[in-house]
Amino acid sequence: MSVPAEKKEKVSVPFDYNKYLRPNKLPHIWCPGCGHGIVLKAMLRAIDKTGFDKNDICVISGIGCSSRTPGYVDFNTMHTLHGRALSFATGVKFANPKLKVIVVTGDGDALAIGGNHFIHTCRRNIDLTVLVFTNATYGMTGGQYSPTTPMGSQATTSRYGSIEPPFDACEMAKASGASFVARGTAYHTLELEKTIHEAIMHKGTSVVDIIDACPTYFGRANKFKSATHMMEVIEKDNTVNVKQADKLPPEKLEGKFLRGVLHKIEKPEYCEQYESIVMEKAKAK
Amino acid sequence: MADRKKKFLQGNEACVEGALYAGCKFFAGYPITPSTEVAEGLSVRLPKIGGKFIQMEDEIGGIAAAIGGSLAGLKSMTATSGPGFSLKQECLGYACLAEIPLVIVNVMRGGPSTGYPTGPSQSDIMQAKWGTHGDHPAISVTPAYVQEILTETVRAFNLAERFRTPVVVLYDEIVGHMREPITIPAPGDLEIIDRMRPDCKPEDYLPYDDKYEVAPLAPFGAGYRFHVTGLNHKQDGFPTNDSKQIGANNERIMAKIENHKEEIWKNDELMLDDAEVAVFTIGSTARSARFAVLEARKAGIKAGLIRPLTIWPFPDKAVRELAKRVKAIIVPELNLGQMILEVERVSGATCEVVGVNRVDGEPITPMQILDAIKKYK
Repeated sequence: MSVPAEKKEKVSVPFDYNKYLRPNKLPHIWCPGCGHGIVLKAMLRAIDKTGFDKNDICVISGIGCSSRTPGYVDFNTMHTLHGRALSFATGVKFANPKLKVIVVTGDGDALAIGGNHFIHTCRRNIDLTVLVFTNATYGMTGGQYSPTTPMGSQATTSRYGSIEPPFDACEMAKASGASFVARGTAYHTLELEKTIHEAIMHKGTSVVDIIDACPTYFGRANKFKSATHMMEVIEKDNTVNVKQADKLPPEKLEGKFLRGVLHKIEKPEYCEQYESIVMEKAKAK
Repeated sequence: MADRKKKFLQGNEACVEGALYAGCKFFAGYPITPSTEVAEGLSVRLPKIGGKFIQMEDEIGGIAAAIGGSLAGLKSMTATSGPGFSLKQECLGYACLAEIPLVIVNVMRGGPSTGYPTGPSQSDIMQAKWGTHGDHPAISVTPAYVQEILTETVRAFNLAERFRTPVVVLYDEIVGHMREPITIPAPGDLEIIDRMRPDCKPEDYLPYDDKYEVAPLAPFGAGYRFHVTGLNHKQDGFPTNDSKQIGANNERIMAKIENHKEEIWKNDELMLDDAEVAVFTIGSTARSARFAVLEARKAGIKAGLIRPLTIWPFPDKAVRELAKRVKAIIVPELNLGQMILEVERVSGATCEVVGVNRVDGEPITPMQILDAIKKYK
């Protein structure tokens, strides 16, 4: 059967994930229905689009489910300590600014135990891309509430409903000085790929808050019917693309997270500032 | 003629000179008394030679960034004091297990807790060995003179690079802030060791290859795309649950230090050959001890001094031999008895072991040590 010429162009070659994976390190540890695998795939497609050499890319993580990502990807990879990924990454980047450094972290890792490193990394505006896998759960330890858990939610440490107001990672990153702040979800996977690509290409600290779901713990504790049900409720229905948000009445935006690039400015980058100001002045003195 | 500058420097400034001489190109740290001069000095000097200095948001960030800098290929250091040393412990363990070369300077002040920031102590001796959780190798060097802070900082970098492990430079506030005339060595005067780098094909590289005691370490970005983790791992660096491999790797990282103690140990001795009573101590306390031993000799007492410049691994061979031929070993230390536990362990019941201790923020005086020696007249 012949295919019309215009349609033929739309037939895309399947993306070869194995180009960037360490196939012998699979299967991964993530549960069925977990969003992390979808985010990983979006990240790899985004990296591919940048055209960077694999030898020049570092993927650095802390501790937690999402922080297992570096083990599966064929770059210079480092799985560090709980909360400290950004400090290790700052060291790697600052020591060799030619490297492209991507930090993979969870919401507990980045915003609770690593909160101080998070705000100061953003303040310095060092050229790191920070992907926060936000599933409102400490999955690795069995489903405790995290700094992004919505109030009233069930977790193994909030059996009477969480009474702690959650953080908004994007607001925090912006207020702390990051020059690129965006949000995506595992549900909007193509949009996420574009967002991560833009984040990696941005010079300065780029933070992407990625909402994905933990059906095993958050889902079961909060009576979601299935992983797909969670994706629909939390990722699809509870978010609005920032470009569409202007056209919607305020009541339609109530309680919803905005997706897309939320903040993007040009600002001096830390390693460049060090070279152009500190090193130059030191040599002249 | 070789260029050897004479300088009148503070201990912490000599540490800066030693780091630069050793080839340190990366410092990350956080201000803390009484070590801050190390950071201040390197913030001025490193950018002049293309090195990197960064003041991090906290002590943990300081050591974590230094580990990152080392993994990116630069000789790296951080500096701190008691409370900061406590905060750095988790990262110190990471560097032990991930086998990342690193120098950590700990200028000891009074404790516990915030303690006495401008007062001296030697109360982090045990923490330098046991501070981080889990079994792990430990190397600590203990200079007592400003000149020695320079040379021991160089040695610390050499040991870190040679054994792919963190090395602690441990000295008290007195030595850190004391000023003495020193000579800056000329290039070539002191040996400089750089970590072994792989020369195999990237696909053949094993970052924890057990055919070596200390495997070559590739810097990130050099074409060897490998994995580093704080989890127990296999030779390829990836985590494992295989008990055989976990056990073998844990034993190897201990053995790589244990099997080379002779090369790591360094003792300074004074009139020990015919000594009947020996003083065993480090740092500023060793300076008082030196005076006490000389005074004791004047009084006709056969006293001697053994001063380890490597406290970890503990100089058990030297102490064991010494214990067989002296009546007593006196262990003065600015704490309530830490080194003495090791001296007692090693000497068994072969001689008396006596402590001289002080934790009031004042130095142990020569007279205190002399009084202890005189009991063995």
